[in-house]
Amino acid sequence: MSVILRAENISKQYRLGLVGTGTITHDLNRFWHRVRGKEDPYMKLGDVNDRSVYATQDYVWALRNINFEIKRGEVLGIIGKNGAGKSTLLKILSRVTSPTTGVIKTKGRIASLLEVGTGFHPELTGRENIYLNGAILGMSKAEIASKEEEIVEFSGCQMYIDTPVKRYSSGMRVRLAFAVAAHLEPDILVIDEVLAVGDAEFQKKAIGKMQDISKGEGRTVLFVSHNMAAVKSLCTRGIVLENGFPVFEGTSSAAVNYYFSNNLNIQDVAIEERTDRTGSGKLKVSDVKLYNSEMRPISEVISGETLFLKVNVKSFDDVNYSKLTIAINFRDNFENNIVSFITDEMGIDCSPLENTKSFTLKIPSLNLRGEAYNLRIMLFEGGAADENLLDKIDNIMTIHILPGDFWNVGNVNRKMHTSILPGNIEF
Amino acid sequence: MKTDEKDIWLYEISSKKKLFDLNLKEIWRYRDLLFLFVKRDITTLYKQTVLGPLWYFIQPLFTSLVFTLVFNNLGNIQTGGVPPFLFNLAGITAWNYFKICLTKTSSTFTSNKSIFGKVYFPRVIMPMSVTISNLLRFGIQLLILIAFYIYYVSNGLDISPNINLVLFPVYILMMALLGLGSGMIISAFTTKYRDLKVLLNFAVSLLMYLSAVPYPVSEAKSKFPDFVANFVSYNPVTQIIEGFRYMILGVGDFSVGSLIYTIVICFILFFVGLIIFNRTEKTFIDTV
Repeated sequence: MSVILRAENISKQYRLGLVGTGTITHDLNRFWHRVRGKEDPYMKLGDVNDRSVYATQDYVWALRNINFEIKRGEVLGIIGKNGAGKSTLLKILSRVTSPTTGVIKTKGRIASLLEVGTGFHPELTGRENIYLNGAILGMSKAEIASKEEEIVEFSGCQMYIDTPVKRYSSGMRVRLAFAVAAHLEPDILVIDEVLAVGDAEFQKKAIGKMQDISKGEGRTVLFVSHNMAAVKSLCTRGIVLENGFPVFEGTSSAAVNYYFSNNLNIQDVAIEERTDRTGSGKLKVSDVKLYNSEMRPISEVISGETLFLKVNVKSFDDVNYSKLTIAINFRDNFENNIVSFITDEMGIDCSPLENTKSFTLKIPSLNLRGEAYNLRIMLFEGGAADENLLDKIDNIMTIHILPGDFWNVGNVNRKMHTSILPGNIEF
Repeated sequence: MKTDEKDIWLYEISSKKKLFDLNLKEIWRYRDLLFLFVKRDITTLYKQTVLGPLWYFIQPLFTSLVFTLVFNNLGNIQTGGVPPFLFNLAGITAWNYFKICLTKTSSTFTSNKSIFGKVYFPRVIMPMSVTISNLLRFGIQLLILIAFYIYYVSNGLDISPNINLVLFPVYILMMALLGLGSGMIISAFTTKYRDLKVLLNFAVSLLMYLSAVPYPVSEAKSKFPDFVANFVSYNPVTQIIEGFRYMILGVGDFSVGSLIYTIVICFILFFVGLIIFNRTEKTFIDTV
C-alpha cells in the first residue's frame, strides 16, 4: 500500500499567558533576528507540555517531533490524555493552524471534522444549511446536490428539512450536521470526538457509518476519541501521545492497552478533592481503602480471595439517610459494569451512615478474573436515578486483581474483564 | 525518512511561507462556497427586523441632510451648480460601499474565529463574500440616489450623466479592491493586537472627511493648507468618489491620468493585502 500522508518532525510551540506588552517585545525581537537572517530566539525555549506542573518559561511545546505515515485505506487512531496534544495535531492536519517546525506531505485532499455543524446558520432552513455546511467542508455544489436526498434521509429530519435550523432541537441539529459530514468523500478524513453526540440510536448509526467509511469504502481516516471501544474496533493502527510526545505506536488494541496501563491508575489527587464528579454534593465520598481478610491495607488482590472495601463519606448538607442508596460498580476499560452492588435491591438500610460516616463492602470471595478494574461509587438520596444523585465518581481507583487458581488444579486462570463462576463439565 | 521513492505530493502543510503564494487555484476550487456565503448573507439580512431594507434608505438620507445643513448651508461650500443634497447623497453612497468593505474585511479573523478554528477553507473567501453581498446594499442605496436624481431633473435641473458612465463597473471594482485590500492589511494586525480595532473606528470616520465626501476636490485645493490638500487629492478614495460624482453629476475634476493612478494603487493595495492575509491565515488561530 502506498503512503498517502507523511508527517515529518511536526512540532508546535505555543506562548503561555496573556497577550500583552511582553508579546510585542518578543515579536519585535523575533523580527529583528529574522531581518539579520538569524534563527528565531524563542525556538530553543519551551517547557514540556504537562499541564499539572507550573510553567517555568513563556513558551510550551504542545507537540514535539511527531513522525508518522499513513497508508492508503488505513484508519489511524490517536489517543492520549486531555492536553496531550491530540487536538493540536488534528488542527495542524486540517490546516487550521500550521506547525512551528516540520512538514506534513499529503497525496490526497484532507477534510476535517473537528466539530459537526460548523457554520450552521440558525436562520437558514435545514436544506440550505446542508449546502452551506457541505461547501464549508469542501464539497462542491454539484456533489452536494447529488447526495442531498441521501443526507436528508440519513439525518432522519425529513419533516423539518425546510424549517429554519433555529427551530430544531439540539439533537436534530447534530443529526443533520453529522449526516452532511458522513457523506463527505475526501481522500483523507480527519475526525475528532464527533461520536460523543446524539442519542443512543443515532450513535449506533454514526459508528456504523464510520465503519462503512473506513472498512467498506477503504477511505483513509484519522480518528481522535476518548471512546476506546470505538478506537479499538474502528482503527487499524494507534498512536499514543503523552505531553506532546508520541510514546507508543502499534496496532490499535495494543495502543489502547498501553494507554490504559499508563494512564488510568495515575490519580495523584485525594478522592475528597477530586472535581471530576457529578451530583448535588450534599454527601461526598471522601476516601476509599482496600483491606484483605486480616484487615491489612492492600493495593491489589488475588482472584477468589476476600476483599474489604472501606468507604468514608463526608456530609456537606442535610441528607435524609433513611432514603439513601449506595451503588458500587467494578468496571472494565470500556465503562461496562462487570459487578454491581446496589443497596436498595440488597435490602440494606443505609441510615446508620448518618453516624458512622463510613461503610465497608465485604466480598467473601472475589470471583473476578485477573485484570485492572475501575471502581465507581454513586450515592443517591432516594432510588438509583440521576435526579437523586448526591455524588458520583468514576475511576475512583484501579483495583488490580491478580489472576488466581479458581479451579484449584494448579493453573493460573486467563486474564480478562469477566467474572468466574463455579461449575463443572460432565460426560 | 525514505528518500528513494519518488513521491508527488499534492500539497504540504508547513510553517514555511512563500511570499507570492496567493493560492488563487484553491480560491477557485472553493467558488461554490463563496456563492453560498453570499446567498446566506443576503437571505438572512432582514430576518426579524421590522423595517428591513428601509434601514438602508434612512442612513444615507439623514447623513446627506445633515451634511447639507452643516457644510453647505452653514459652511457655504460650493458644489458646482448641483443641489448640495444630491451632491452629498452621491458621495455618501459611494463612500458607504467602500467603508463597509473596509470595516467588515478588517474584522474577518476576529469575527469568524469559531468557524476558522474548526475547518479549513481559503480564508479570503470570507471578505470576498462580504464584498459581493454588500453590493446589494450598495444597489439599494443607488436606487435612492437615482430616485432623487430623477426628482431633481424633472424639476428642471439641467444635469445628465456623461460618457464616463461606462466606467461605472470600474469604479465599483476599485471601491471593492481598495476596501478589501486595506481591510485585509488591517485584519492581519488585529488578530494579535486589538488596539487597531479601536483605532480603525475613528480613523474611518476621519478618513471620510479627508476623502472629499462632503466637498469637491476643488474646494479642498483652494481652502486647505497645501499638505492636507495634497493628501486629499492623492488619496485614492477621493479619486474614486470624485470620479463617481463626475460620472453621474458632471461636476468635479476628472483626468485619465488620475484614473490610471487610482487603478494602479487599488491593485497594489489588493495584492499586498492578499499576501499579508494569506500569511496571517496560517497561524492566526493561535493568537486571536
